[in-house]
Amino acid sequence: MSNQILERPKSLTQKQFHYCPGCHHGIIHRLIAETIDEFDLREKTIIVQPVGCAVYIYEYFDTDVSEAAHGRAPAVATAIKRVSKGKFVLTYQGDGDLAAIGTAEIVHAAARGENICVFFVNNAIYGMTGGQMAPTTLPGMKTATTPLGRDVKKQGYPIKVSEMLAPFEGVSYIERVMVSSPKHVIKAKSAVRKAFKYQLQEKGFSLVEFLSACPTGWGMPPVDAAKWVEENMTKQFPLGVYKEVGLDD
Amino acid sequence: MVRVLMKGTEAMAEAAIRAGCSAYFGYPITPQTELIHYMSRRMPEAGGVFLQAESEVSVINMVYGAAAAGVRVMTSSSSPGVSLMQEGISYLVGAELPAVLINVMRGGPGLGNIQPSQSDYFQSTKGGGHGDYKLITFAPSSVSEAASMVYDAFDITEKYRHPVMILADGALGQIMEPVSLPEQGASKPSVKNWALTGAKGRPANKIFSFYLDPKGLEEHNLHLQEKFKNIDDEIKYEEDISDDMEILVVAYGTVARILKNAVQKLRGEGKKVGIFRPISLWPFPESALKSASMKAKQVFVSEMSYGQMLEDVRRIVPDEIEVKFYGRAGGVVPSPNELYIKLKSLLERGV
Ligand SMILES: Cc1ncc(C[n+]2csc(CCOP(=O)(O)OP(=O)(O)O)c2C)c(N)n1
Ligand code: SF4
Repeated sequence: MSNQILERPKSLTQKQFHYCPGCHHGIIHRLIAETIDEFDLREKTIIVQPVGCAVYIYEYFDTDVSEAAHGRAPAVATAIKRVSKGKFVLTYQGDGDLAAIGTAEIVHAAARGENICVFFVNNAIYGMTGGQMAPTTLPGMKTATTPLGRDVKKQGYPIKVSEMLAPFEGVSYIERVMVSSPKHVIKAKSAVRKAFKYQLQEKGFSLVEFLSACPTGWGMPPVDAAKWVEENMTKQFPLGVYKEVGLDD
Repeated sequence: MVRVLMKGTEAMAEAAIRAGCSAYFGYPITPQTELIHYMSRRMPEAGGVFLQAESEVSVINMVYGAAAAGVRVMTSSSSPGVSLMQEGISYLVGAELPAVLINVMRGGPGLGNIQPSQSDYFQSTKGGGHGDYKLITFAPSSVSEAASMVYDAFDITEKYRHPVMILADGALGQIMEPVSLPEQGASKPSVKNWALTGAKGRPANKIFSFYLDPKGLEEHNLHLQEKFKNIDDEIKYEEDISDDMEILVVAYGTVARILKNAVQKLRGEGKKVGIFRPISLWPFPESALKSASMKAKQVFVSEMSYGQMLEDVRRIVPDEIEVKFYGRAGGVVPSPNELYIKLKSLLERGV
C-alpha cells in the first residue's frame, strides 16, 4: 500500500517490513501503531510478540517489546500487565500461536478477564514454518500437511476463536475484521481503537481477530489471496462484533 | 532477626517476600503446596502479585513476563511441574532475565509419587531445557539454610541476569525447624535500565532471545558463556575433613544431613571420616572437592537417586581414589542407621 511509505506512525521504527508481497501482517502492524500514536501511548506500551511470521515485531515497533515463547504471549502479557501499573499491554499472535499451541493461555487469560488487548491474525495457515495446517485451516484447504485438502473426518473442524472466547464473562470486547480493501481497513481501525479503549477503561480482556492473507502459504498471487479472504474465509469466519459490554462515554 | 518455627516451604516463601519478591506465580503440586498457599495469603498483604495459573507452562511464562517488566519474581513447583517449565527456563536464560525458581523434588519418573527425592539433579544442573546453558542451582539442607538461600538468590539472579534454582526435596519442604528470618528491606531490587517499563525518555527496550543470523547467535552464546564463568564466584560448599581420612562422604541436601549423624557415630568409634557437602550444585565446587578427596583413601557418595551427582564426583575425584555409591530412590529416604551400616562395612573391608 502506497500510503504505508508516505507517513510512518511514530510508534514504528524506520525498519522495512520483511513480509511477503500481499501479506496482511504489515497493514495490521500499521493500524496498531497508528492507534498507539492516536492515544499517545507509545511511552506506556509494552507489546508481547509471538513466534510466527510476526516474530520481528521488536524490530518494527519503537515501543518496549517482549518476545514470548510460541503460544505463551497471553501468559507473558498477564504478568507484565499485573506488575506494571498504568502501562498499556497488548499481544500480537498468529493462529498457530494462539489457537493451537497457546490455546490454554488464551482461554485462561480471557476467562480471568486480563485487562490486555489481543490482536489475533488468522491466516488459516502456519506461515513461518512453511504453510502447514493451522487450527483455522478451512475444510478442504490444501496445506503442506494436508496435501489432499483438510478432511474434517480426519483433521477435524476449524476453531472459531472469536465465537469461542466471546461467552467468557471476563471478555469485554471481541470483533472479527479483515483488511483486504481500504473500506475494511477503516472498519478494522475502528475495531483496534475500540479494543484500546476497553483496556484504557479497565474493562478487561479485548480481542480483535483479523482475517488475513498469506499469499505465500496459500500459493496464490496477492490479489487472489485478498479475494480469497473475502470469498472463502468470511464464510467460515463471519465478520462482526462478537462481544461488546459497552464503554463509558 | 526473628527466630520462628516454620516448615521448609513456608520459610522459603516468607524469605522471598522479605527479599522484595513482588510477584509469585504458581500451580498446585505436592509436596510444595504449602508454599503456594502461603503466598496466596502473604503476597497480597505485602502488596505484591499472586496468581494461580492454568499450568506450569503458563507459570514460567508469567515469571518471564514479570521478570521482563523488571520486578523480583519467583515460582515454586515440584518435579513434574518443573519439567513443564523447561522451555520457559531456556527462554529466561536466552533473554537474560532474573528469576528465582524452587523445585521441591519428588519421586519420578512420570507421575512417580509425592515422597522426597533428588532425581532432578541432572535436569537442574546440566541444562534441562534446550540450548547451551546451565542453571545456577543451590541445594539447602536445613530450613534455615533454605530461607537464607532463597533470600540471597534474588541478588544473585539479578547480578548475573540468569535464573537461580533452589533444589530442595520433599523432606526439607515438610520438616519444621527454627529459622532466623532475614530482614525485610535489607536486600533491594537492582536498577534495571533494560526492563520493559514503557519507552519514556529512553530508547525502546526489547527482550528477546531470537537471533536469526548464526553469527549473531554465536556472539550471544559467547557472551553467555563468558558470563557463566563469572558465576564461579557463587560456589558454596561445607566441609568437615581431616588430612588422613579413611572415607570422605559426599552428599547434598537431606541426604547430607542424614549422613552427618552416621559420620558423628563413626567418629565416636574412632574412625576417620570426613564429609563434603556441595551447596551450589552448579557451579559445582570442583577444586574444593578435588583437594578434599585427595586427603581420603576412598570417597562415598549417597543420593536419593541412582547416581546423578555421582557422575560429577567421579569426574572430579582423581582416578586412583575409589568412589563408592549408595542410592535410594522412588521416594525412599535412607535412614541414618542404614547409611551408618553402609559406611561401616566399607570401612571394615578397608581399601
Ligand atoms: C515450541 C515450539 N513449537 C514449534 C515451533 C515452530 N513454529 C514457529 S512459528 C510456528 C507457526 C506459526 O504460525 P502462526 O502462529 O499461524 O503465525 P504465522 O507465521 O502464520 O503468522 C511454528 C509451529 C516453535 N517455534 N516453538
Ligand atoms: S508466509 Fe504468509 S504470513 Fe508469513 S510473511 Fe509470508 S505471506 Fe505473510
